[in-house]
Amino acid sequence: MKTITMNLKKSLLFAGGLLLAGQSLQAAGADDPIRTMLLMDKFEILDNDDNSREWEGSFYVGYDLDKLYIYSQGAATSDGLERSQNDLVYSRAIAPFWDIQAGIAYDKNSDASKTWGEIAIAGLAPYFFETRAALLLNGDGNVGLRLEGEYEALITQKLILTPSIEADFYTKDDPVMQIGSGLSAMEAGLRLRYEFVREFAPYIGVTWEKTFGNTRDFNPVDETSLLAGIRFWF
Amino acid sequence: MQRRTFIKGVAASSFMGIAATDLQAESPKRSSDKRRTLTGKEFFLDIDYTPVNITGKRSVATTINGQIPGPTLVWQEGDTVTIHVTNHLKKSSSIHWHGIILPYQMDGVPGISYKGIAPGETFTYRFKVRQHGTYWYHSHSGYQEQTGMYGAIVIKPRKREPFRYDKDYVVLLSDWSDEKPTSIYRKLKLSSDYYNFNRRTVGDFFSEVKKKGFGKAFDDRKMWNQMRMSDRDLSDVTGYTYTYLMNGQNPATQFKALFKKGEKIRLRFINGAAMSFFDVRIPGLKMTVVAADGNHIKPVRVDEFRIGVAETYDVIVEPTSNRAYAIFAQSIERSGYALGSLTPSASKLASAPKMDKPQALTMADMGMGMSKMGKDKGMKMPMKKSMKKYRWSAMEAEKYPITKLPIATGPQSTMKAMAPKYRLEDPGVGLRNNGRRVLTYADMKNRYSTRRAKKPDREIVLHLTGNMERYMWSINGIKYADAKPLVFHYGERLRITFINDTMMNHPMHLHGMWSDLETGDDNHLVRKHTIVVQPGAKISYRVTVDAKGGWAYHCHLLYHMAGMFRKVEVV
Repeated sequence: MKTITMNLKKSLLFAGGLLLAGQSLQAAGADDPIRTMLLMDKFEILDNDDNSREWEGSFYVGYDLDKLYIYSQGAATSDGLERSQNDLVYSRAIAPFWDIQAGIAYDKNSDASKTWGEIAIAGLAPYFFETRAALLLNGDGNVGLRLEGEYEALITQKLILTPSIEADFYTKDDPVMQIGSGLSAMEAGLRLRYEFVREFAPYIGVTWEKTFGNTRDFNPVDETSLLAGIRFWF
Repeated sequence: MQRRTFIKGVAASSFMGIAATDLQAESPKRSSDKRRTLTGKEFFLDIDYTPVNITGKRSVATTINGQIPGPTLVWQEGDTVTIHVTNHLKKSSSIHWHGIILPYQMDGVPGISYKGIAPGETFTYRFKVRQHGTYWYHSHSGYQEQTGMYGAIVIKPRKREPFRYDKDYVVLLSDWSDEKPTSIYRKLKLSSDYYNFNRRTVGDFFSEVKKKGFGKAFDDRKMWNQMRMSDRDLSDVTGYTYTYLMNGQNPATQFKALFKKGEKIRLRFINGAAMSFFDVRIPGLKMTVVAADGNHIKPVRVDEFRIGVAETYDVIVEPTSNRAYAIFAQSIERSGYALGSLTPSASKLASAPKMDKPQALTMADMGMGMSKMGKDKGMKMPMKKSMKKYRWSAMEAEKYPITKLPIATGPQSTMKAMAPKYRLEDPGVGLRNNGRRVLTYADMKNRYSTRRAKKPDREIVLHLTGNMERYMWSINGIKYADAKPLVFHYGERLRITFINDTMMNHPMHLHGMWSDLETGDDNHLVRKHTIVVQPGAKISYRVTVDAKGGWAYHCHLLYHMAGMFRKVEVV
């Protein structure tokens, strides 16, 4: 825990520094100018009973090797927010394709919220799998593990098929957050996008979500939905 | 197709007309002259913003005397030239005389030779011209070169040259984008394959499976997949954003070089692009290459040559029929081309030949050696070339004391060439076995003997390193910002060996001193200012350290330069 808070402090300091430095964005000729990127990887509507709207995106500000990341994903229905997972992490490159990240995670559902300390590793695995594995810890002694993987298969230069998979595990039940111990939830998706330009691509796809074990008692989910959305970045 | 359509819009500079690049059309000097060619001993150059329309869209360029390219400067060997450069930009600027041997204070690199030229200021360059041939000049500040700041230098020799010609034209190749360079660079940092529209598709894989079976196809991909690298990664920036220019003209407006049947025409090719390598040919004509980087070589007759960024090649052609010939320069990744006409009449224009198909990199380009490459037809060697190779290996065996330099591993570099080889006889990806006679470094021999040149005192080995995924470039895994200067000793003869640990060609340019390239013949080392290091390859050259001061040493690809850069201190 201590190291996490220290890392947190460090990343907050780092964030402050970035905000100051941000004024000289893209100084000409600089090798490593500060930059920002907002990527809305998923921004979609599902063809299920609630017509849920889901999103998954990230934002970063930083340099080649040091970045401050915000990740956010979640789902909402016409009744409001269903669930969301958000992370604020300091990210440091440790190898050509890998970053180590530390910070906090903040989960929210319609009734409750929970804050975790987080350590993650993110990067490009051999065979071009985009991956992220996050280890979460909170004051109640619960430990969570969240794994994500994604692959991009080019049908043409602009038509891209993206299979993705996500799995969450916890060591303890947490009824308020509606999570149970063990494998709690899995989600697999297949999305086909067309990049009109690199920055803007509408897509269609299918997603399968399921909850397992005790999570299933709190929140039984097992559904396959068609979806449509847009992916964009700038 | 991602290739941009060429709009018939006229570039701002095109009023300069045809004959203007013919170097026979001389003109007296005039302050801030808007003419294509300036001759004499005193020159006035004005750096300013100029509205242009190169692609059909209005844009603003940074120009020299309001032109793209800037005026061709014609000097006389032996003269002392004085050049007054006035900066009308809102930011600091500079002009560097590429390939010119001069005192370091005149070299024009901000932060190394001088402070640069502040807005509103005039800097006067004055130096004695100690060489002749084809060179060029460009801004060394920020990304100004990308937005139009470059021009040709032609230095007339004191003695008669060992070849004859009737007409003389500069052919300056470049790449233009309406996008801001800072935006191009940012996109590369966010997504390094942003401009690559020749990536591998699922279909490519299945057609390979069809050809070789799943196991073999999978195995062939394995190395690339494990290394997370693309064999289609030939250029960082492509025709998706670039329009390729020849003397400032796009392929629709076309540069025109006039000839009369039977005349010998000298074409001085200069690659003044920010990021683009070109493969140049004139379908229907053999080209006799007579000079490289301003220096005479023994004539080589070829159909085609690759010109790396910042290199220059002089060729002589003799058109045999009264028709328009295409001067065709396709970019290395085949996403577009620059085009001009060698024509008997300004009204007769040549049409472009079909572009070649883009080729993928091979294991050799990855520095994996060629033993595994038995079936790679690209690497077969004719008898004559293997002789060259034999002679070469004798030379390679000579060892010089190596000065150890710091090397860093980590996120800066993705790969290491495991078995880098000298590949001087390899014309490079996309030119292997294309049925044409293609110039290689192994073909080039100094016209004059280098027999008397001193043997190297010591050797420096430098790795060209990078991380394509994060778009970072460095030397020995250390980027310029974190690097100590390289120390050369005045009076010594150095051997520099580059090993390219990346998948890109890097044109390495040492300021202030010549690079005498080893091509297998010690008695005819080729004298150059810019040396292309092929992916996964190594290359060696010798430098006589005969110029005191601080010098720049860098990759000439504009978006690699900030990281893949060293300061050289001659002490």
